[in-house]
Amino acid sequence: MAILEVKNIEKHFGSTQVLKDVSFSLEEGNALAIIGSSGSGKTTLLRCLNFLETPNQGSIAVKGETLFDASVPLKQHEKDLRKKRLHFGMVFQSFHLFPQYTALENVMLAAQLLAKERTDYKQNKKEILAEIETRGKALLDQMGLQDRMDHYPHQLSGGQQQRVAIARALALSPDILCFDEPTSALDPELTGEVLKVIRGLAEQKTTMIIVTHEMAFARDVADQIIFMDDGVIVEQGDPRQVIDNPREERTKQFLTRYTEG
Amino acid sequence: MELLYLNRKALGEGFYYLKGMVIGMFWTVTQSLLGGLLTTFRIFIFTLLIALPLGLIIAFGAMSRFKPLRYLVDVLVWVIRGTPLMLQLIIIFYGPGLWLGHNIWSGNETGRITATVVAFSINYACYFSVIFRGGIEGVPVGQREAGEVLGMTKSQIFFKVTLLQMVKRVVPPMSNEIITLVKDTSLARIIAAYELTFAGYSFMKSDGLTWPLFYTGVFYLAFVGILTLLFNYIERRLDYFR
Ligand SMILES: Nc1ncnc2c1ncn2[C@@H]1O[C@H](COP(=O)(O)OP(=O)(O)OP(=O)(O)O)[C@@H](O)[C@H]1O
Ligand SMILES: [Mg+2]
Repeated sequence: MAILEVKNIEKHFGSTQVLKDVSFSLEEGNALAIIGSSGSGKTTLLRCLNFLETPNQGSIAVKGETLFDASVPLKQHEKDLRKKRLHFGMVFQSFHLFPQYTALENVMLAAQLLAKERTDYKQNKKEILAEIETRGKALLDQMGLQDRMDHYPHQLSGGQQQRVAIARALALSPDILCFDEPTSALDPELTGEVLKVIRGLAEQKTTMIIVTHEMAFARDVADQIIFMDDGVIVEQGDPRQVIDNPREERTKQFLTRYTEG
Repeated sequence: MELLYLNRKALGEGFYYLKGMVIGMFWTVTQSLLGGLLTTFRIFIFTLLIALPLGLIIAFGAMSRFKPLRYLVDVLVWVIRGTPLMLQLIIIFYGPGLWLGHNIWSGNETGRITATVVAFSINYACYFSVIFRGGIEGVPVGQREAGEVLGMTKSQIFFKVTLLQMVKRVVPPMSNEIITLVKDTSLARIIAAYELTFAGYSFMKSDGLTWPLFYTGVFYLAFVGILTLLFNYIERRLDYFR
């Protein structure tokens, strides 16, 4: 069974419809790449998954549990909403690290706050916090940032900041990690280090959705690809097949425009 | 020879006499200025205590989703910032007496200080509200969203993520306004509140002395200097992040 099941999502802002009947599913351990021209609704789709936007239609289910269904209007309580959110992690285009915390503190903050809700927090405070710290350090280690843990975001390069952001998103062990153009805000010479980290995550079978303009990377790393245009999924399938031999005319046009620069 | 000695003695005594008088005058002026400083300080502190929270409330009003409230607040802020504080002070002090037929401020010094604090609080709250609003809206939405995506509660996001970033944005413009407030307290003289400038000025009027005016300036400089050191310290403490 698919870990993520997205059905018939529609989203409009006022009178402009941004997502039209978007449906797809994702298997556990797979990486899904989403490509498409500017304004096609890729960011909006990720934001819907992370409950930053509420779809007008459709449903979202993770591991068989329906997290959202527009046809069942219910008042979301903050507590339930927060729990649902934790199924997803989000890495933003422009990092959004917390500037007043060090790299390690950025990674640990949410886990520390969440731990306070544990019933055994008072008794085992020391052990719990030590555990969070160990995990935070291990994640930064994995990102190749072992010597940058105590640096503040402004003391880090864009590529380093984005890697901290990835560690921060991984800290709560989400089922599905979403990336919104993780390298678009970076200087070309810094994209490599971030893509390498994402590639590593794919090798470890992290379930991921990656919105990207890096076609070669998508072709190479993703198990599945979606091409979006004007709010609809035009084509989806195996990345090699879609990129090398697109079936749809719109996909062809997009890809030629892309390879021509 | 004897005459010379006598003269010298007289001169010496005269010198000591004069020196005594100057020192006596200096003490009189100092005491008077200290009294004025107390009033200035009272106006300053009470205005801050009221205008800071009131400014935050006005800022929330200006950002409200309820349009009529937003417009109302916009007009209030526009009027208050667009007219002289001295004019507002005169209206608040004399207005009620003329409209209601009886003065709501008691005629003594306390009444004058209270009226001053009321006028200043309204005025400064409007200026502060603009600063607060800039600080709140200046924190990128992405900060809040990053917190939400990490499952934080609204209050955790406010206290752990956005608050300190707002404070950092607010401190520099706020310190400017607060230092301006120190000097603006001198406007209270217009309704005869015996604050620092009034105290210094009265020696010019009664004794024709100008040096107490400069001495008064020293008091303001010291007051502002201490505040500047304090704000510099706070800014330096917040310097570790950007
Ligand atoms: N909050 C909003 N209010 C109104 N319109 C919006 C809002 N957010 C997005 N849109 C519109 O929705 C459309 C899709 O935007 P979206 O950001 O999802 O595109 P995208 O595929 O991520 O583009 P890009 O590649 O430039 O990031 C755009 O036309 C955009 O103007
Ligand atoms: Mg986008």
